Amino acid sequence: MKMDMKRVQQAGLIIFALLLPHAAIAGEAVPVAEDPVLEQRMISLSEDLRCLVCQNESLAGSHADLAQDLRQEIRDQMRSGKSDEQVVDYLTQRYGDFVLYKPPLKPLTWLLWFGPFVLLFGTAGGFYFYLKRRGTRLASESLSAEEKKRVEELLGNNGNES
Amino acid sequence: MKRFLIPLGIFIVLVGFLGIGLNLNPREVPSPLIGKPAPDFKLPLLSDPARQLSPEDLRGKVWLFNVWASWCASCRQEHDLLLELSRQGSVPIYGMDYKDQPGDAQTVLARYGNPYVETVVDIDGRAGINFGVYGVPETYLIDKGGIIRYKHTGPLTQEILDRKILPLVKELQS
Repeated sequence: MKMDMKRVQQAGLIIFALLLPHAAIAGEAVPVAEDPVLEQRMISLSEDLRCLVCQNESLAGSHADLAQDLRQEIRDQMRSGKSDEQVVDYLTQRYGDFVLYKPPLKPLTWLLWFGPFVLLFGTAGGFYFYLKRRGTRLASESLSAEEKKRVEELLGNNGNES
Repeated sequence: MKRFLIPLGIFIVLVGFLGIGLNLNPREVPSPLIGKPAPDFKLPLLSDPARQLSPEDLRGKVWLFNVWASWCASCRQEHDLLLELSRQGSVPIYGMDYKDQPGDAQTVLARYGNPYVETVVDIDGRAGINFGVYGVPETYLIDKGGIIRYKHTGPLTQEILDRKILPLVKELQS
């Protein structure tokens, strides 16, 4: 029983340790600007933007120098009255659609957007027809008289012997 | 026999895709600026901060624009190649010292040699953002009309120079 208690404590400690980095990350992008509303707008926009230096981080969460510069640029542009859309346009003009975590829908990205669904419905359809064909094939398979006799013979023999 | 050919075929196609994916460089982000005019800037020269340079001043020339910094280790990798290129004189190289202390940049050029006709200083990185710089070194090839024709991210290699940049320079100069 005492042993179990120790186990529980250990497990609790591990869980706590696992949560620690999360708590640290959550504290990273604290708004420091004088204008919290604008800062909030900047952060919520930059969460959907990719940091180009550490590519799997968002612009909001990255500590890279460039990310800080870009956040400052976004802040400045928002302060000068630009809409979110205009800011995103500004960035895509310079860095391409790659900065967007949600790629725009255009002919070049059709495969990206629809590919998985095509694959899903394609395989599902293929599987359906395969099963259907298999079912009819199995049902239509009948034995000739000679085969039937042989089956009965084999089964009958088995039954007799055991 | 046919039963095995289909999974094998799928497998080979998959391996093909994965192979291509592995050989792609995720750092190589295609620049949307290719074919577009080089973003304008007016920045002080490293050699003489009182003077400024703008892409407008280089109209009518084909030139390489190399973004570098003294703190950038991989810039040192391409430095000798740039020196060699500037000795050959086939295309003028202009540099941009990106987010750097001008003093440090001058030290680097004094120690390792200066391949640049001129270097402009972009201390706050604003001009760099306009060029879509995300990882120094970056190199742009700009034509006589001020249009960006080619961009390379990362240190230049002899292969890229020989295969891509120099043929394009020759074509644009003629």
